Amino acid sequence: MFGWEFPPHISGGLGTACYGLVQGMNFHNQEVIFVVPKLWGDEEPVADFVNASTVSIDYRERRFKKLWKNLTYIEVNSYLVPYLGPKEFKKYTSSVLQGSTDMQESVFSNSFEFSGKYGKNLMEEVARYALVGAQIARDRQDFDIIHAHDWLAYPAGIAAKEISGKPLVVHVHATEYDRSGESVNFPVFKIERAGMHAADHVVAVSQLTKNICVRKYGIPAEKVSVLHNAVLDASIITSAYQKKVPEKIVTFLGRITFQKGPEYFVEAAKKVIDRDPNVRFVMAGSGDLLTKMVDRVAELRIGTKFHFTGFLKGDDVDHMYAISDVYVMPSVSEPFGIAPLEAVRHNTPVIISKQSGVAEVLNNAIKIDFWDVDAMADAIFGLLHYESMARMFKELGGDELKKLKWEHVAAKLVTVYEKILARRT
Amino acid sequence: MRTVCFYFQVHQPFRIKPYRFFDIGEDHHYWNDYLNRLVIRKVAQKCYLPMNSLLLELIEKHGSKFKVAFSISGMFLDQIEAYAPEVLESFQRLVATGQVELLNETYSHSLASLKSKDEFVSLVKKHQQRIQHLFQGYTPKVFRNTELIYSDQIGKMVAELGYDGMLTEGAKHILGWKSPNYVYSNSLAPEFKVLLKNFRLSDDIAFRFGDNTWGDFPLTTSKFVSWLNALPKEEPVVNLFMDYETFGEHQWAETGIFEFMKYLPEEIFSNSNFTFSTPSEVLASLSPVSSIHVPTPISWADEERDLTAWLGNDMQDEAFDRLYELEKQVRSTCDPELIRDWEYLQTSDHFYYICTKFFSDGSVHEYFSPYDTPYDAFINYMNVLSDFILRVKQAHESRATTLTKA
Repeated sequence: MFGWEFPPHISGGLGTACYGLVQGMNFHNQEVIFVVPKLWGDEEPVADFVNASTVSIDYRERRFKKLWKNLTYIEVNSYLVPYLGPKEFKKYTSSVLQGSTDMQESVFSNSFEFSGKYGKNLMEEVARYALVGAQIARDRQDFDIIHAHDWLAYPAGIAAKEISGKPLVVHVHATEYDRSGESVNFPVFKIERAGMHAADHVVAVSQLTKNICVRKYGIPAEKVSVLHNAVLDASIITSAYQKKVPEKIVTFLGRITFQKGPEYFVEAAKKVIDRDPNVRFVMAGSGDLLTKMVDRVAELRIGTKFHFTGFLKGDDVDHMYAISDVYVMPSVSEPFGIAPLEAVRHNTPVIISKQSGVAEVLNNAIKIDFWDVDAMADAIFGLLHYESMARMFKELGGDELKKLKWEHVAAKLVTVYEKILARRT
Repeated sequence: MRTVCFYFQVHQPFRIKPYRFFDIGEDHHYWNDYLNRLVIRKVAQKCYLPMNSLLLELIEKHGSKFKVAFSISGMFLDQIEAYAPEVLESFQRLVATGQVELLNETYSHSLASLKSKDEFVSLVKKHQQRIQHLFQGYTPKVFRNTELIYSDQIGKMVAELGYDGMLTEGAKHILGWKSPNYVYSNSLAPEFKVLLKNFRLSDDIAFRFGDNTWGDFPLTTSKFVSWLNALPKEEPVVNLFMDYETFGEHQWAETGIFEFMKYLPEEIFSNSNFTFSTPSEVLASLSPVSSIHVPTPISWADEERDLTAWLGNDMQDEAFDRLYELEKQVRSTCDPELIRDWEYLQTSDHFYYICTKFFSDGSVHEYFSPYDTPYDAFINYMNVLSDFILRVKQAHESRATTLTKA
C-alpha cells in the first residue's frame, strides 16, 4: 500500500483511515507492506513499513528514466499548489519566484528527504514518491497487489504497476471536486484521472464519491466498489469536562474552507438566535474562510452568541464535543466525514448534510441539504428543544457505531482483491 | 501676544489577555497583566521618565516662561500606580511646579461621548476625582475628549459641565479656508471656546521628525522656529497637540527628539516673539474669532480625521453596540468589580484593534495592536464581552433573589 501519512503524524482523515484499514487487514491475516514518504519512528508496528526517504533510486535503471519522462505531466515546476488558500498561495509564489529549485537534477540524486506534509514542494514530492514506488516494485517481489491511497500516491501506484506488472487498486478518499467544487486544480485532477484509469479497480469511500468517479472521471460504474470507512473505537466517551455557560452549545468543528460549508452554519445560527437567545454557536477550526466568517458574524450582529476558537487539538477537541448539545457538519461535498461519528461517541446529536458519505451509514442523525439553512435552523432548534429526539439519537447512535468496524471494511476489500486476482489467472 | 501651546496625551490601555471560548463563564480576569506591566515599564524607561525630567529641567531653567499641558487618562494613572510609581511621582513633581496644566478627559479613555450622556458624565467626574486625589486637589478647567473627538453636540455637553473650553483637531474639512491658529467657539454654546490642533506643525514633530525620506529631514529647532515665524503675523496661537510617547517611543532617542525639545524653548525665545502658554491661559487671553460648525464628529486619527479608526466596520459596530446595550444594567448593579471591568472595556483602543483600514493607515494601526489581525482582536473582545454579559445577568439574578427573600 502506498499512503501519504500515518498516525500519529497526520493532518487529516487520510492517515486515520489507512491505519484503520491496515488494522482490519491484520484481523484477516493479510500481510501489508505500507509505504509512506516519511517515517517518524513512533508509528505503531501494524504493518511492514517502508520509509520512502531512505529508498535510494538506482539511476542506471533505464525504465526509470522513461518513467520520469512520463511523470513530467505532474508539472513539478508549476505554481499550482493544492491545499493552499489564496493568501497562502500568494505567500508561496512570491517566495518560490525568488529561489526556484532545479528539480531535474535533484530527483536522481541518491537520497531525498520527504517532508510528508502538504507543503509547497508537494508536486515535487509526489513525483519523487512515484520513483520510489518503482524502485520498491523492482526490489521486492513479495506482493500480489498494489493499493494506492488518494492522488498523492497514485503516481507511485501507477509506477509500481508498470515495473512489476501487478494489479493496481486506487482508493479514493476524496476527489478534487470535493476539495474545490467546480474550480478544480487541473494538475491534481489529471493525476486523479490517470490513477483511476490505470487502476484495475477503484475503491470509493461512499456512494457519493463513486458517483463522482463515474460522472466526472469517466470510470465505468462496475469498476468502482464502495467501501465505507469505519471507526477505530466505537466506545462511548463520557467526559468529566463541564461546560461553564448556561446556554446550549451548537458546534461546527472542522476546517473553515469551501468544502465544509461554514457559511451555511453561520446563516442558520442567525435564524436560531433570532428565535432563541439562549444558544451559543461555536465555530472551531481554522482555514481560508475564517475571516470571511468573522465578518459575516459581525454583520449579522450575533458576535456575543457566536464564537470562534481557532484550531483545536488534543484534549480541547474532546472538550468541545463534550460540551456540545448539537454537532453540525454542513459540508458541501464530503466523501465520507468521520467527525460526526466522533460526536456520536460523545453522545452529541448530529446534523449532517446529505452531500456527505457518512450520511449513507448513519441513520440516527438529521440529514439536510447543505444549502438549506432553514432546514438546518429547524433541525438545530428541534434538537435543542424537543429532548425526546435528542435522547433517541443518543441511545441509537451508539449502537449504530458498533456496526462500523474496520474488520468489515477489510473483509470487503479482501473480496475485491480476490476478484481482481481471479480475473488475471 | 503670539504663543505656542503644547499639549501631550498620556495614555495606555488595559490590554485584554488571550481569552478563549473555553474561558467564558469561568475566568473573569480579562486583563493581560504581564503585557500591560511590560509596556508601562518599557515606555517608562524610554519616554516617561527621561521626558519628564527634561521638562522639569526646562521649567527650572526658563522659569515661568516655559509651560506645557498634559491629559493623563485614568487607565494610565491606574497602571503607573500599580506598575511604575516612580513615573507617577515624576508627574506629581511636574504639576507641583505650577507650570503644568492638567486637562480633564474620560477616566477610561472611552468613546461614551458618542453614545450616552450619562455614561460620559460619570466617566468625566471619575477622571476629575482621580486627578484631584493624585495631584493634591488639582481641578482641571479645560477638557479634551478621547482621541480629540468633537462635534457641536459634544462641545455643548462639555460646556454644560462648566469647562472653559475644549481641545480638538484642526481638521481640514471643517476649517476649509480658515486657520487653526485662532480661538473659535462652539456653534451651539457660543461662550464655549474651542482650541484647534495645528496638525501640520504638530505632525512634523510627532510623525515626521525621524523620517529620513521626508523632504525637510532633519528637523532642527531653527528650521521649526522659522516655520513659526513664517505664519501670518495676525495668527495668535499655534496648538501643538501630540501623544507624549512621541518622545523616545514613537521617535526614538537616536533621532535626536530629546535634543530638539531641549533646545526648542531657547530658540523660540531668542529668534521669535512667541511665548509658551497652557490651554487655559490661551482661552483666558484670546476671544473667539468666529464659531466653528462640526455637525458630525471629528477626531485626530488617520487621514480622514473621523471616527472610522474605531467605528464603522461591522465588527467594530457590533462590539460597540453590544457593549453599550449593557450600560443601565451594569450601573444598576453597583458592583465595583463589574463597574471597573465595564469601564476598562470601553477604552477606545479595543475598537482601534478591530479596524480594517489596512491600506492607508494600516501601518500605524499595526504598530499599536497586540493582535495579528483585526479578526483576532474581534474574536477575543467578543469572548470577553460574552463572559461579561453573563456576569451582569448573574448579578441581577442574585440581587433579585435576595430582594424576594428580604
